[in-house]
Amino acid sequence: MKNHSLTYLKMFLSRNLSSQGYKCPSRAFATLNNKTAIKETTIDQSHVDKHSKIAKEWWDPNGKMIALHSYNLLRVPYIRDGLVIEEPFKRTLTPLSNKKILDVGCGGGILSEAIARLGANVTGIDASSELIELASDHCKLDPKLVDNRPSYHCTTIEEHSQSFPDHYDAVVASEVIEHVANKELFVSSLVRAVKPGGKLFVTTPNRTRPMQILGICVAEHILRVVPVNTHDYEMFITPNELTFLLEKNNCHVQAIHGMMYYPVVNRWTWSSSTTFMYALQAEKLTDEDSNV
Amino acid sequence: MVLCRVNSLNNLLMTRISTHARNVSTTRLSGDNTQDKVKGKYDIIIAGGGMVGCTLACAMGKNSLLSKLKILLLEGSPDKKFVLKPEYSNRVVALNQNTKSLMNSIDVWPHVENMRLQPVRHMQVWDACSEALISFSSSDILDDDVAYIVENDVLLEAINKELKSNAIQNVDIVYGAKIAGYDSPKALGREMRNLVKMENGDCYSCDLLIGADGVNSKVRQSMGVQYVSWDYDQMGVVATLHLAEECENTTAWQRFLPSGPVALLPLNSTTSSLVWSMGTAQAKHVLSLSDESFVDELNDALWKQYPRSSAVDACVSWVGAALRRAGLPDGAQRQLPPSVRAAAPASRAAFPLGFGHSARYVAPARALVGDAAHRVHPLAGQGVNLGFGDVKDLTQFLSDALYAGLDITHPSPLEKYESGRQRHNVPTQLASDALCRLYSLQLVPAVLARSVGLQLTNALHPIKKMIMSHATT
Repeated sequence: MKNHSLTYLKMFLSRNLSSQGYKCPSRAFATLNNKTAIKETTIDQSHVDKHSKIAKEWWDPNGKMIALHSYNLLRVPYIRDGLVIEEPFKRTLTPLSNKKILDVGCGGGILSEAIARLGANVTGIDASSELIELASDHCKLDPKLVDNRPSYHCTTIEEHSQSFPDHYDAVVASEVIEHVANKELFVSSLVRAVKPGGKLFVTTPNRTRPMQILGICVAEHILRVVPVNTHDYEMFITPNELTFLLEKNNCHVQAIHGMMYYPVVNRWTWSSSTTFMYALQAEKLTDEDSNV
Repeated sequence: MVLCRVNSLNNLLMTRISTHARNVSTTRLSGDNTQDKVKGKYDIIIAGGGMVGCTLACAMGKNSLLSKLKILLLEGSPDKKFVLKPEYSNRVVALNQNTKSLMNSIDVWPHVENMRLQPVRHMQVWDACSEALISFSSSDILDDDVAYIVENDVLLEAINKELKSNAIQNVDIVYGAKIAGYDSPKALGREMRNLVKMENGDCYSCDLLIGADGVNSKVRQSMGVQYVSWDYDQMGVVATLHLAEECENTTAWQRFLPSGPVALLPLNSTTSSLVWSMGTAQAKHVLSLSDESFVDELNDALWKQYPRSSAVDACVSWVGAALRRAGLPDGAQRQLPPSVRAAAPASRAAFPLGFGHSARYVAPARALVGDAAHRVHPLAGQGVNLGFGDVKDLTQFLSDALYAGLDITHPSPLEKYESGRQRHNVPTQLASDALCRLYSLQLVPAVLARSVGLQLTNALHPIKKMIMSHATT
């Protein structure tokens, strides 16, 4: 085990050092009260702008975000089953009721609404005010959400987790971490928002050459099933690096599952290989757990 | 060519405009008039309260998630009070283990057991034109009964008993429902709602409309899907038979005659049910016979020696000998079917046989189950079991969809249902069709091929097991 962590550490260090070289936006400048302060942020403004631009098409199930809509068929049950296990004959329509869930980088709210339909008390945050506005407007359309609309806030995870530490039963970051500049700050902020014993769910593409070829070159530039320039290969994170970051922040990674997307039929499936995409489930350890 | 194209373009435009016009008018209609007349809003409407439709309603009422939905079952016939008569009905079904487990899961099976059923523990199928035969036995294949023979009335009553019990609260039933038509979701504009219009002016709306309305399904017609069908130009003659001698009677017998298969299905120690397929003209003749000559004709069908080709006989006995040398069952241990003493009075009837396959089982906010989606020759006793398989899968997929927070009209569960069921149903239908065609031939090569094929299938346990497991799931 020690050997493993050591390898992770080495890998992470070398990765982190190399990424410092070409990723300057990890430190952004913000002006506060007439004095210039350097404030750390996870926001990469260029990525936020890219996603805001296509706000109009966000909720068209056959539009540019087609893959995110069908993605719900896989990730919603993943989150549900990670949080609750119900016997088949005792299932309810709202298995996630009484669960407070934070959807980080909620975008137009495709995932937030789907989880809210399962009864969860969902908070969605995103750095783009256009998308937050879109999400807030759209959730009023579904009659099934009348009593349980998600609440949306335009903020960052580092700010939000300052105001709501140890607050959520689960924090979800689906297809977000690959758009984030400072991964270390991002992960520690995610963990801060979760209650001890709560769950973290992260889905993201893997940083492998096959993913670069199929996920970026083919999917964005040739098939155009994903908007061009959605992803930046260098910002992808591998399961090992993510595991290392989470475990450094007092979390136990419980499962990593590979996923595969088939664009022609617009279908997602679980896969035994994490070469392309993966979903990770972790638990924030309680103080007793960490003492053991 | 160009003219033709312009014409077709014109046609297209015209249809577009006319559909559009209809759209507008229907929306307006639903806006002022229909809205007032909508008698009930439901999540699901099941059109057709036959065995499959009632089972679907029952399974949905028992499912922990689907029981939260409002369901309406529309049945065309009036609500009849059922009394179990001592004499058996002439319409029976053979239920496989899969159907039994479905019925057990919705607590219907105990009701069937409280009334009556007969287990089938052996099955023997043989050819009139050669010595070849195949036998299935519960002991060497599944270690459970091969099938159960249940009268249609008894099964329907068992399902209805559970459906109307206090265990199911969310299903409304309308009997004597005469459906005038269905309004397609598109015609209603953006709202994906189905409207079911009744002849008496009532109107029901629902999110998901399920057609369980049989071979001539109106729901299927309203979906505008392609339907592949043909008639076998055969009829199935049914009757309740009294056997000459009392016996254990747990064997189902089927003999392939050139005119069609004749099958005896056990009902109790002295009674069996007949399903006898034959050409339409012959069926009319058989129906018109006196009871006595009918029994004579039937015993002939079961016992009479048909002219045989010596070449086929030689091959069959040679293959039999080879199998015996290899230590495999050679099919020589033939059991003799019972003789029929009499047919129960007024129990003779006939129904036409055909094949039908709906290219799509689902459309937006609509789905088909049972005979509405597929029709099959009764020679393998699969028709209703395929329908019950549909019920099991559709309930499962819709329930999974609800548990994932999706609407019941979401395309994902409906498409899963369609592809899953077609992958099972179509091969079964085609196999039944192929057997029916193969056994209607009297050409020597065909007889030889099917005889040797049957012998080998009978001898090779894994193949037999495969057939059985397909037929029971």
